Amino acid sequence: MILQGNRSWVFQNPPVILATGTVVGPDEGQGPLAAEFDLVHPDLEIGQPSWEKSERALLEQASDIALQHANLKQGDINFFVGGDLLNQIISSTFAARTLGVPYLGVFGACSTSMESLALASLIVASGAGKHVMAGTSSHNCTVEKQFRYPTEYGSQKPPTAQYTVTGAGVSVVGEKGEGPVITAATIGKIMDLGITDPFNMGAAMAPAAVDTIQSHLEETGRSPGYYDAIVTGDLAGVGHPIATDMLKRNGVPMQQTQFLDCGLLIYDVDKQKVQAGGSGCACSAVVTYGHLLKRIAKGELKKILVVATGALLSPLSYQQGETIPCIAHAVSIEAPS
Amino acid sequence: MAVKSAGGGSKGYKPVSMSAKEYKAFAQTKEPSRSVWTNCIRAFLVGGLICAIGQGIQRFFMAAFDMTSKQAGNPTVAVLILLSVILTSMGVYDKIAQWAGAGSAVPVTGFANSMSSAAIEHRSEGLVLGVGANMFKLAGSVIVYGVVAAFVVGIVYWLFGIGAWHDTSG
Repeated sequence: MILQGNRSWVFQNPPVILATGTVVGPDEGQGPLAAEFDLVHPDLEIGQPSWEKSERALLEQASDIALQHANLKQGDINFFVGGDLLNQIISSTFAARTLGVPYLGVFGACSTSMESLALASLIVASGAGKHVMAGTSSHNCTVEKQFRYPTEYGSQKPPTAQYTVTGAGVSVVGEKGEGPVITAATIGKIMDLGITDPFNMGAAMAPAAVDTIQSHLEETGRSPGYYDAIVTGDLAGVGHPIATDMLKRNGVPMQQTQFLDCGLLIYDVDKQKVQAGGSGCACSAVVTYGHLLKRIAKGELKKILVVATGALLSPLSYQQGETIPCIAHAVSIEAPS
Repeated sequence: MAVKSAGGGSKGYKPVSMSAKEYKAFAQTKEPSRSVWTNCIRAFLVGGLICAIGQGIQRFFMAAFDMTSKQAGNPTVAVLILLSVILTSMGVYDKIAQWAGAGSAVPVTGFANSMSSAAIEHRSEGLVLGVGANMFKLAGSVIVYGVVAAFVVGIVYWLFGIGAWHDTSG
């Protein structure tokens, strides 16, 4: 493992994604990627008495599925790296309590998917762990309740708002085995260009994605054409065109690759009432672990860069008029050679 | 762990540097426009419809129970509150609001929705710290500023003696 530049890790013995587990809710089940997820719930409650317990159940189920797919038991996992959007990351922590696996809680808002995957890869590549699990979850109703209004409150959302994905995505990273490999990761730095509107996260997060993509390409010496697709986490209908434009202005030849966004892939944005598109920790997690890795397995994609974006605000910070600090973490996933 | 300086094809892209003002203006060009006229028309239609339903209920009470318009007022409000709470608990009111905008925020039903939605949402935290403490989470500011506004208006009435010719109507 080599540190390249200031903040990119290039793994010479690339860790392997041995297995994944993805669970989603009803809206994602009506989206174009429905068939790609391991488990689709027909309702948001998932048989639980509170939204918080429902979210936790999603993460527990995704972890169980990932373990089954990897043919491993909880005792085989050295560490679980996880986080979510709820205060004190309770979904991950309480799921880790059920799992009984040594746990590292992280918070990167919606960038948690790639933050946890990068850290899991680092642990495995450095020899500090054999099998490390990375996972995250989000639930539309827990996020509405915590960050916005009660779920049944009648308020009109502007077209720049995004719809939080209900779901959980978990991966098991190992030293050796079959599966796609993680060749590099670039850790993001906080970017804040002064957006204050929590209903316009895409615009707030776009500069962070641009900064991380550019740094990744510069530090690894790769051109965009190295990847079959560069996929942002949840910039959606407003943020993704902004990022596209900024990259063009900065002279990054993005025409060499496909520039996609998980927030636009997960829903049929024109038909489903999701405003600008999907968001939430689970958005990039389930699209990457469910959809993109399946495309790699089928041979449709060989090398991808997933750039998960996160808006690191709290309900308190925006009520006090603070701008929204954002971050993006990039992980390079390639088909096994 | 070896450390290598940024090498390879250092392409030197332009860094992300924009002032907050520049970025805001740039980001705005990518935002879908909000149709003020469509929203106004929808708010007018739905808000008007809710008021018309209220009027219908009032007329019903006046005709069926031989009430004066003043006597029919309170039961009318109670029925509207009940309808709003039923629609909220069925998960319909928020969907109406997304379409209607300000139209469904009209006082009686909007207020009932804000209280019942908060009560339902926070039931999981118990009856005291959940329902009791959170029920007025959204409606509380309406009450506070409603009372403050009434106080100010009351002082204006008192100072200018507008009340004198207002009384004659009663």
